Amino acid sequence: MSKAGITLATADPPAPTVRLPRRRGVELALIVLAVLLSVYGYCAVGLARNGTVPPGAAGYGAGLGVLALMAHLAVRWRAPHADPLPLPIGVLLNGLGLVLIYRLDLEAPGDPAAPAQLVWSTLGVALFIGVVLVLRDHRVLQRYTYLCVTAALVLLTVPILFPAVNGARIWIRVAGFSIQPGEFAKVLLAVFFAAYLAANRGALAYAGRRDRWLHLPTGRVLGPIVAVWLVSVGVLVLERDLGTSLLFFGLFVVMLYVATGRTGWITLGLLLASLGAVAVGRLEPHVHGRIETWLHPFASVEAGEGPNQLAQSLFAFAEGGVLGTGLGLGHSVLIGFAVKSDFILATAGEELGLAGLSAIILLYGLLVERGYRAGLALRDPFGRLLAVGLASLVALQVFVIAGGVTGLIPLTGMAMPFLAQGGSSVVTNWAIVALLVRLSDCARRQGDAGAVR
Amino acid sequence: MTRHIRHAGLFCALLLVALLVNAARVQVLRADAYESSPANRRDAIARYQQPRGDILVGGRPVTGSRDTREHLRYERTYLDGPLYAPVTGFASQEYGTTLLEHTEDDLLSGTAPVLAPLPLWNEFTRSRNAGGKVMTTIDPAAQRAAYEGLRSRKGAVAAVEPSTGRILALVSVPSYDPGLLSGNGRTAREAWAGLNADPDRPMLNRAVQRTYPPGSTFKVVTAAAALDAGTVGDLDEPTDSPDPYTLPGTTTRLTNGSRGCADASLREAFIHSCNTVFARLGVTTGVARMRATAENFGFNRGDLRIPFPVARSTFDTSVDRAQLALSSIGQYNTRATPLQMAMVAAAVAGGGQVREPYLVERTTRAGGGTVSAAGSRPVRRAMHPATAMRLRELMRGVVEDGTGTKAAIPGAVVGGKTGTAQHGLGNSGTPYAWFISWAQHEEDMEPKVAVAVVVEDAAANRREISGGGTAAPIARAVMEAVLKS
Repeated sequence: MSKAGITLATADPPAPTVRLPRRRGVELALIVLAVLLSVYGYCAVGLARNGTVPPGAAGYGAGLGVLALMAHLAVRWRAPHADPLPLPIGVLLNGLGLVLIYRLDLEAPGDPAAPAQLVWSTLGVALFIGVVLVLRDHRVLQRYTYLCVTAALVLLTVPILFPAVNGARIWIRVAGFSIQPGEFAKVLLAVFFAAYLAANRGALAYAGRRDRWLHLPTGRVLGPIVAVWLVSVGVLVLERDLGTSLLFFGLFVVMLYVATGRTGWITLGLLLASLGAVAVGRLEPHVHGRIETWLHPFASVEAGEGPNQLAQSLFAFAEGGVLGTGLGLGHSVLIGFAVKSDFILATAGEELGLAGLSAIILLYGLLVERGYRAGLALRDPFGRLLAVGLASLVALQVFVIAGGVTGLIPLTGMAMPFLAQGGSSVVTNWAIVALLVRLSDCARRQGDAGAVR
Repeated sequence: MTRHIRHAGLFCALLLVALLVNAARVQVLRADAYESSPANRRDAIARYQQPRGDILVGGRPVTGSRDTREHLRYERTYLDGPLYAPVTGFASQEYGTTLLEHTEDDLLSGTAPVLAPLPLWNEFTRSRNAGGKVMTTIDPAAQRAAYEGLRSRKGAVAAVEPSTGRILALVSVPSYDPGLLSGNGRTAREAWAGLNADPDRPMLNRAVQRTYPPGSTFKVVTAAAALDAGTVGDLDEPTDSPDPYTLPGTTTRLTNGSRGCADASLREAFIHSCNTVFARLGVTTGVARMRATAENFGFNRGDLRIPFPVARSTFDTSVDRAQLALSSIGQYNTRATPLQMAMVAAAVAGGGQVREPYLVERTTRAGGGTVSAAGSRPVRRAMHPATAMRLRELMRGVVEDGTGTKAAIPGAVVGGKTGTAQHGLGNSGTPYAWFISWAQHEEDMEPKVAVAVVVEDAAANRREISGGGTAAPIARAVMEAVLKS
């Protein structure tokens, strides 16, 4: 099926002692680098704001270092063949996110968010370690296909019962904590899609009536797909969450394409998505407003109402220029509400400049690339689809929110993976990295096994 | 499947490349447009992040900065705000800047490129220099004397040093405290609304931004034109003027406030301020010569900057003979700022030469290094030196035994001219009381100060209004303050 497999199968068996390098040392070195960079950023904020190294710098560095080290040890123990890049990238982005949130906390000392974010990061790393230790083989997940989709749907629908927060019903509040269940649902849906598509690839690709241009699969296979489409539009309408809807749909179309190789699916998907988007954009004032703001970010300025959040975000990016103002020296706090969550990238853009912003986007790009690399190397369809799905999830989410705050596409409330304030998001992203580590470990182990054989 | 994974991967790569391209667009290509948007507060934040440089009078700062710890951090404060408001103007976070705060803003706020240690240094390091200092030419004693002389009356005082053009006093009453406008809160908004609604217009700088009919003080210009043109040869020769004087081409009869104006000599007419004589003199001299002399004194010039702009003082040149007659006694369309009339007095005091007035002696960096210093100013000849000598004689006569005796200072030579200007529809307004003068120590070579005073509502009783009665004592106080220092 894959070229890699064929090559390996036909190649002469090498000497049994030759093994693929495990590169755990590289991973450790990169983790140390990531922690040092984060601590440096933390110190830079303190030096810029107060002229002194912040008192918690050592503790912060030690905390992040210990977390990263434990994650590394878990990988070393249970996934020794894993790709050395995803974990350091996760540590660096998470550490940088903590620095940015700490930096914004200094603007409004009454409402610190960094400590809570550190707690959530710890939970996230714990989940990472748990997944790496417990999940020895990703194929186990295939057994829970329908459990996953049921859980995902429940998680998606629960917030409808809770009051809307800032126009969107995506939060539930339990014991003082705000949780965004939709974040967890993303991973579960990716697992479901991968398992479902892996199982029904043949039926989707070849069964059903074939017309001259359009190839329609049978209703039995089409049913779940339509259901998913309805769910994503339902999410959009009922929860007013354009971003999540877009994300689910994009994820589904990408995975469907990879599974079946049919461009017709993409066409149909895009058609349905744009139909849904246009309809909702017309009917739903909240979404309509977002689109208007995207088209005319300075309309509120011209109307004398002062700059809106998007305009403030653009101002922040513009102030950053190429090299940025330096950590702690920008004024992205002018964005106001959601500056630590949805708009966290504006702070990075202003204080680290285009250089820093590009570095961050490239880090995401590298993470996505490693996911795809694992997908290419794996041989089982479920594993391949899961790797591609998780990597695409990251890419799509980064695109939706980063494109939103820089005015490329309409703004939708969504968390920047790892960087943004938001516990559910951090935990989910650590789960994604854990799955990618596990998948890459399997991919390289099978390669290793093949080499040994 | 591998091929499709690659396609999907390419799609994800495209999304991220689109982000990078768009980031470059926002952060580099469109950055200038976003940064200069009026809604972007970053400029203001940076501007108020550091204390503003000070404006100094007599070597002591009359301004300051207060750390509010707010978003716009430093607010302007003023010592003796109302006294120096016509010099400093205000620097408000909400309403911008005026006067010196406006013209010297780059230096005071630290953005002037000349303050940077190296060219483009600030652009590269994103730093801002400490605000520079502005040393004014104002004499604090003269300023205070003028302000206290006007007290609660409406009016203005301008004083200059004839030999240099340095402005020694610039006062406008009623004044206001510019410190009230510094912030951006409710107090600033209320103060702004209150000051703008005030019918007395306290924020109007009457000394330079408002013109008044100069009345009889303009007779100095008329006399200078007549003497320069040779219309009058001898100061004591009778001028052959009727009293009352019928304006040429009309039946309107012009009268005098004082007696003895019929056929008076120029000296007598000047000392007693005879309207008839000077109206006729202006007509005899002719509009061309009158105009040339007036413009040499600085009338009809709209480009005077001290460094903030001064309102244009006017001498109308498209007039018939009757209008010329009225123009020559400082009525009709003749209008002057108090500063312009101080320049008229200074021209007489300075031997016929007018030096462009200026307010900024020197600007320095925060550390004290000089950024710029007032060089020598352009000099213009307003009249022949001999004419100036004779006019000094005439003006001394006014103070010694004419309408301006209240301006006399023991031990000093003082020359002056009174004026009472009619204005309003059918001259119904309370007349403006004027006095322009100069003074020098007896032992000095040349006068040290020239001053113009205008009082808008000299007294409730209309009869008591006169330049000599209300404006001359103020001028005297200012001149004394300068002579003492």
